Amino acid sequence: MSSFDEINGPPSVIHPLPTGGPPPLEIHDMTVAYHKKPVLWGIDLVVPQGKLVGIVGPNGAGKSTLIKAVMGILPLSSGWVKIFGASFKSNLHRVGYVPQRESVDWDFPVNVMDVVLMGRYGHLGLMKRPSKRDRDIARECLDKVKMLPYANRQISNLSGGQQQRVFLARALAQESDLYFMDEPFAGVDAATESAIIALLHELKARGKTILVVHHDLPTARNYFDMLLLLNMRVVAFGPTDEVFNYELLQKTYGGRLTILSEVAEAVRQKGA
Amino acid sequence: MPMLRKNKAVRAAIFLLGAGLFLLLAPSAQAAKIGDLADLNFADQILRFFSMKDPSVRYALLGSIFLGVSCGLLGSFIVVRKMALVGDTLSHAVLPGVAAGFLWNMSKDPAAIFIGATIAGLLGTAVVSLIKQTTRLKEDTVLGMVLAGFFAVGICMVTMIQHLPTGNKSGIDKFLFGQAAAISEGDVKLMGIVTLLSVAVVLFFYKELLITSFDAGFARAAGFPVQLIHYTLMLLLAFSVVISLQAVGVVLVSAMLITPAAAAYLLTDRMHRMLLLAAGFGMLAGTSRAFFSFLGPSLPTGPFMVLGASVVFALAFFFGPRHGVVMKWWHHRSRADRVQRENTLKSIYHVLEGREFKGEGVSLRELADRRRETIEEVQTQAKDLKRQGLATLHEEGNLIFLTPDGWLRACSIVRNHRLWELYLTNAAQIAADHVHEDAEKIEHVLGEEVVRELERRLQYATKDPHGRPIPSIEDIQRGLAGLSRREDLVGYGKRS
Repeated sequence: MSSFDEINGPPSVIHPLPTGGPPPLEIHDMTVAYHKKPVLWGIDLVVPQGKLVGIVGPNGAGKSTLIKAVMGILPLSSGWVKIFGASFKSNLHRVGYVPQRESVDWDFPVNVMDVVLMGRYGHLGLMKRPSKRDRDIARECLDKVKMLPYANRQISNLSGGQQQRVFLARALAQESDLYFMDEPFAGVDAATESAIIALLHELKARGKTILVVHHDLPTARNYFDMLLLLNMRVVAFGPTDEVFNYELLQKTYGGRLTILSEVAEAVRQKGA
Repeated sequence: MPMLRKNKAVRAAIFLLGAGLFLLLAPSAQAAKIGDLADLNFADQILRFFSMKDPSVRYALLGSIFLGVSCGLLGSFIVVRKMALVGDTLSHAVLPGVAAGFLWNMSKDPAAIFIGATIAGLLGTAVVSLIKQTTRLKEDTVLGMVLAGFFAVGICMVTMIQHLPTGNKSGIDKFLFGQAAAISEGDVKLMGIVTLLSVAVVLFFYKELLITSFDAGFARAAGFPVQLIHYTLMLLLAFSVVISLQAVGVVLVSAMLITPAAAAYLLTDRMHRMLLLAAGFGMLAGTSRAFFSFLGPSLPTGPFMVLGASVVFALAFFFGPRHGVVMKWWHHRSRADRVQRENTLKSIYHVLEGREFKGEGVSLRELADRRRETIEEVQTQAKDLKRQGLATLHEEGNLIFLTPDGWLRACSIVRNHRLWELYLTNAAQIAADHVHEDAEKIEHVLGEEVVRELERRLQYATKDPHGRPIPSIEDIQRGLAGLSRREDLVGYGKRS
């Protein structure tokens, strides 16, 4: 894993987390509905600290909805969520977020540095401007995703992979302990993909917990420590080796297994 | 970098100044034609206007500047939030409120009209969100519908008021198209308060407005009250629309929100600069309008203010340094010129190659035959090459000799072409007779890095799919002299 070493550059300002204490994420009986139609149903989940968790499932399974509901972007119909043993609102600063790349207008009149600085906004008080220290942190985070030379670029002049790295840098600048990432691998180039993986492992090594919505089943097995198989309900949640099997995947993806059977077959052969 | 930034600022300032002069001169030319005040000379007029001795001039000017600033600032956020239509709907929806405010005590009491209009405007936007949330209809449909509905109610009420015994002297019809001369001291005070409020909110909550405008989901996850900020913005927007009614009129006020901001958006890539520019453009349009209404008090002034803003936009559209049409055309043209030049160089290389590099000069006739063009056409191209220092012309311009630079460029373009052809036949399995067209285009845009990568992937092949030699980087740098595989060496690098 030589590419990981490249990323582990200068010592970080983020201090490693002590282990123990309440779990980073605890969800109890969470139901989320759009226009009275349930999208997620009775979700129970306890995510242990320092894990890299992939959230997989078919289209419309509620993967993005799950992380949005946890962060209070969407309202819950029932149930509760605890972040490090307390409500999301009281632990805001311990949560970082990488939204889907398509969720913003990339013609917006800001440059790369402006976007990354937004990661610091949550830490600033009302009416406070980013300080020099905030700028230093933002610059450091840009450097980690190898985007520092692009700091003054307007964001519409970036490729898809570069845009994704800017979003990652912004999340890093949040200096959080728990990260939610919505399809960070969607439509990125190979270099960005390996840069993201390296970054995720670095974060994990520092005791951070990361939940990643992931679309691509074949790579999910290699990327994540734990998998959450989701299809409106939690089909399975556990270490990747235990959960990534034909029966559970079939349960998650249902009738659409024709696409999947080859993958699952490959998995079985690999596992055998 | 700071140098560059300064340059940009200077450019923006020059642009502003130019636009300002244009705006100040354009309406005055108009006024002269209309001939309202033809007896006074122009210099005296300007002096009288800017001395602001006349209170009505003072009110008109101050009011226009205020509304220009507040509309420019809020309009910028409206534009980047893709809410331009919301501004339009809001501005039309205020009309019933204006009429109701007038009916309150049958006079043009600024406070009553302000309150009535604000309530009506907010009611309009509330109706929009209600319909949007409870039906499947999309926002643009709902906005269009509510805009027309509220406006119709407003027109009915205004017509009714005008038919009342005291109504026809009320001047309520002035709210439709605006009349700067109608601005009173009370109006100006109200405008000042609203503008101050807008400036304060944008100044103090810039960070909050920026993050919620760019990425509402992220902002909410980071704990920002996205809804509250949205409503604050809508309220300020309603205020700005209402204070602008007197001067610009219901029908055109949305243009004062959108046009200066749109012009600013074309000129800059940073939000804070966009805000400054939009406020400046709004002020410019306001000043020019106030000046114009001073020259011809009986003319409708709202349309001229909007026209002023539109002129600024047109200037930005055509002459903007980065996104302007003229600049784009210029870049396109220079790119087209480069492609043309490279094609000529390539043809010269082909002619030389055709006679196995015997003899250094290429005659215009040979080149014209090769390119299937007339002598006149290739003559122009040859002169262009000479101007660029890529070739020298001899024998009264009939014989072309490549300079070292020209040789280098010719070789690289041929190399790009042949490498790409080979890559397509090898990697993409495209038949050798189908790759030429594609290579014709790509040869001009391949960067050094890509070329290195191609060479690596093709294992430094020396022949293209048609069996012709690919000039390698070493060949190019050594010049013709280094090509040991050729028998009779010619060209600028000829062994002496």
